[in-house]
Amino acid sequence: MRAQKPTPGESGGGASQVPEGTRAVLDGNEVNRALTRIAHEVLERTKGGQDVTLLGIPSRGVPLARRLARLIERVEDRTVPAGSLDITMYRDDLRSAPVRALGRTELPAGGLDDRVVVLVDDVLFSGRTVRAALDALGDLGRPRAVQLAVLVDRGHRELPIRADYVGKNLPTSLRESVTVRLEETDGHDAVLLGPARTSTAPGAGPRPGSLQRPGTTEGND
Amino acid sequence: MRHLLSTGDLSRDEATLILDTAAELAQVGDRSVKKLPTLRGRTVVNLFYEDSTRTRTSFELAAKRLSADVINFSAKGSSVSKGESLKDTALTLQAMGADGVVIRHSASGAAHRLANWVDGSVLNAGDGTHEHPTQALLDAFTMRSRLGRLDGLRVAVVGDILHSRVARSNVLLLTTLGAHVTLVAPPTLLPVSVHTWTCEVSYDLDAVLPKSDVVMMLRVQAERMHESFFPSTREYSRNYGLDGERLSRMPEEAIVMHPGPMVRGMEISAEVADSPRCTVTEQVANGVSLRMAVLYLLLGGS
Amino acid sequence: MPDTNGPHLIRGASPLGGDPVDLLLADGRIAEIGPGLDAPAGAETVEASGLVALPGLVDLHTHLREPGREDAETVATGSRSAAMGGYTAVHAMANTDPVADTAGVVEQVWRLGREAGYCDVRPVGAVTVGLAGRQLSEIGAMADSAAGVRVFSDDGICVSDALLMRRALEYVKAFDGVVAQHAQEPRLTQGAQMNEGCVSDRLGLPGWPAVAEEAIIARDCLLAQHVGSRLHVCHVSTKGSVDIIRWAKDRGCDVTAEVTPHHLLLTEELVESYDPVYKVNPPLRTAEDVQALREGLADGTIDIVATDHAPHPVEAKETEWSTAAMGMVGLETALAVVQRTMVDTGLLTWADVAERMSAAPARIGRVQGHGRGLAVGEPANVVLYDPAAPVEADGAAMVTKSSNTPFRGMTLPGRVRATFLRGAPTVLEGKIQ
Repeated sequence: MRAQKPTPGESGGGASQVPEGTRAVLDGNEVNRALTRIAHEVLERTKGGQDVTLLGIPSRGVPLARRLARLIERVEDRTVPAGSLDITMYRDDLRSAPVRALGRTELPAGGLDDRVVVLVDDVLFSGRTVRAALDALGDLGRPRAVQLAVLVDRGHRELPIRADYVGKNLPTSLRESVTVRLEETDGHDAVLLGPARTSTAPGAGPRPGSLQRPGTTEGND
Repeated sequence: MRHLLSTGDLSRDEATLILDTAAELAQVGDRSVKKLPTLRGRTVVNLFYEDSTRTRTSFELAAKRLSADVINFSAKGSSVSKGESLKDTALTLQAMGADGVVIRHSASGAAHRLANWVDGSVLNAGDGTHEHPTQALLDAFTMRSRLGRLDGLRVAVVGDILHSRVARSNVLLLTTLGAHVTLVAPPTLLPVSVHTWTCEVSYDLDAVLPKSDVVMMLRVQAERMHESFFPSTREYSRNYGLDGERLSRMPEEAIVMHPGPMVRGMEISAEVADSPRCTVTEQVANGVSLRMAVLYLLLGGS
Repeated sequence: MPDTNGPHLIRGASPLGGDPVDLLLADGRIAEIGPGLDAPAGAETVEASGLVALPGLVDLHTHLREPGREDAETVATGSRSAAMGGYTAVHAMANTDPVADTAGVVEQVWRLGREAGYCDVRPVGAVTVGLAGRQLSEIGAMADSAAGVRVFSDDGICVSDALLMRRALEYVKAFDGVVAQHAQEPRLTQGAQMNEGCVSDRLGLPGWPAVAEEAIIARDCLLAQHVGSRLHVCHVSTKGSVDIIRWAKDRGCDVTAEVTPHHLLLTEELVESYDPVYKVNPPLRTAEDVQALREGLADGTIDIVATDHAPHPVEAKETEWSTAAMGMVGLETALAVVQRTMVDTGLLTWADVAERMSAAPARIGRVQGHGRGLAVGEPANVVLYDPAAPVEADGAAMVTKSSNTPFRGMTLPGRVRATFLRGAPTVLEGKIQ
């Protein structure tokens, strides 16, 4: 049973789990190491994780936030509140795609006022998701500071947004797609690089923030 | 989903999506900023040909919480008697760029007709004695919130089924969602073909109550007495009214619902109406979240 | 434009669907019938190979709307529409404004028909003053007028008072008249919007139960037999009505009945669109009723097809269902619908169609010079119909002033190519003359 493995995603079913034309840029161990490093950086930058609240952006940001919380707790022996923040209603591209189902927003007890909120997402791309998340945060409370942690930064920013914590900087072409797989949602951990899935117009590669299916990594940018 | 005209048009997945979306949006009502930017720049017209402050306000609040521009266009009496036809009104709204039209009308099918004449989405907020889809959806939402499920739930709908758009929408929706519906009324207040509906029928409220997880009381207008639907309000109330004594014979966790406005002393006693097992005010609160969900799902995408 | 007064030689038509022959129409009569006729000097030749020749059709139930609702139809436009449908005589219903309840109004309608000249317009007189169901109108005066009214009806409204109905049935005997009853029990149909049943219950529209029609028909048959009068039942629409009329005929009641083309083809499911083009009185019923009506027409229980052509302006139909007007136009599609429902299904021959759409209605209405056979010496009222010319029905393309056809978008199997009224073409090559 995969869920019994001590290190999630360690034993890849290997090639069988990497679709044709894609390659793994991070395997399970590397994902884990990247998260551990981010957890330590968060501790350093927030004076031992004091007042930190982790908010994952659905879908794959949510398990990442929970893992980070556990990793921090293991080091500092303190409870770190983790929750989820759905940004669907704040997207700037709602009208360019069929209506999207909402993700869950679950704020930890105690709310966000005066907390150091660390937003957690799997891939940072155009920056539009983070922009939407900042808008959503503004309607939910007044954090003392907001920081951003991502597993992969693939570049191609369209907004003046940068991540405070990056698991891996991954230079990509717009003709490529980045897929994050997680034990919790996909059965194993990996970051895959492959060709763009479907281009919306012939000749035009997929652009950040353009039409994407909800629930895919690309959709969460 | 382009329009919401009848709950009969909803698949189980679609209906569940609406309820799930409403559950997420219910949180907005608890926030300090009770507003989302989602429908900014979109225009929703409330086209009400019947007085219904309750439903209109609910839709208005729902649209405003999603940042839509809301225009209330109320036309009392029939459009024809006012001079302008429904079609001309529709074309006017179209010209104003309405993205969504919420229509309440005394004529069955008015929402269907409107949907033929406008490009935007049409939301049926009650058409004659036909349907009232958002009421049924908020009822289902309330049942699910209170009792945790809909599948297998036993729901009794009691009262003037014949003239009730709420009953029609509820039978269709609840059946789709796996609940078992029993309609309870004197035979005069049931449609002639009710035996072909996907529900049970009973003339005996006392036999149905102990086997019901939900009892939904419908308003009964006293005027029906003059059309010989029943002999007297007293006899109706004695046979089909819900009082404390009857409530006590229902399962302990069973709830009492009413779409409002209630006629106390007719179909429901004051004691029952004010009991914590009666969900009337909860239904009103849920109505806003539910209508936000429907507005988002109809108008939120491309 | 052809010479309308000269002789016409119809080449190769099939009278009542039989072997092709030529027919020479001259001086308002059928002058000769036979193969390979010589065209006399000045004769117009009409190629009719593959066309069925029928005697000019007679409609016992038409709403021409004039006087009062000339925005929907006039005697002139309605009789042109009738000619396009192959009719040479129509009965104009009395529910005009003012109501056709005096000799003055019926003579006006009759005169307008003559002036238009497309078919013989036979006014129907109202049974009661103002269709109000309280007092008999001057039936005798209308019968004796130039219009020579023989059919009396409050159509649109039922003569529901049993005593008044008895008196009307008795009174028209003096003029060999007939009362055409619109059978609808008023209390059972208050606010009724469509057939009562599964569909009305689902759509939340007040129902029009079959029993409301059947109860009146049963009562009227018994009354007519009791007083020894002729009774005609308008637009029969239910299986039960067919059964009752069959029973009444069996026991010797002098009752005749009509069915409309739309009740032979359409069912209540169309109402699910809430499009009032399907709103009509009596309402569209169930498939079972349609089948019974077809069988009743085939076995002679129902004597005739009548159109109940009921034109309405666009605004009366482009509205919500409950405020929309009831009625459908039908003159121009009647024969094609009858072909589709009765001939193509093997229930009627073309000779049967001639009986039910020409001879029988002429007899019931006591119309002189119509409904006669295609024989030498008979008045040259002839329709040439192409049963193999499928066409999509389109209200906008019709000659009637209104466009409320319920067959919109449906493909009907044939079309009228030519109509002759006493030898003069009112329609040629499918076009009004």
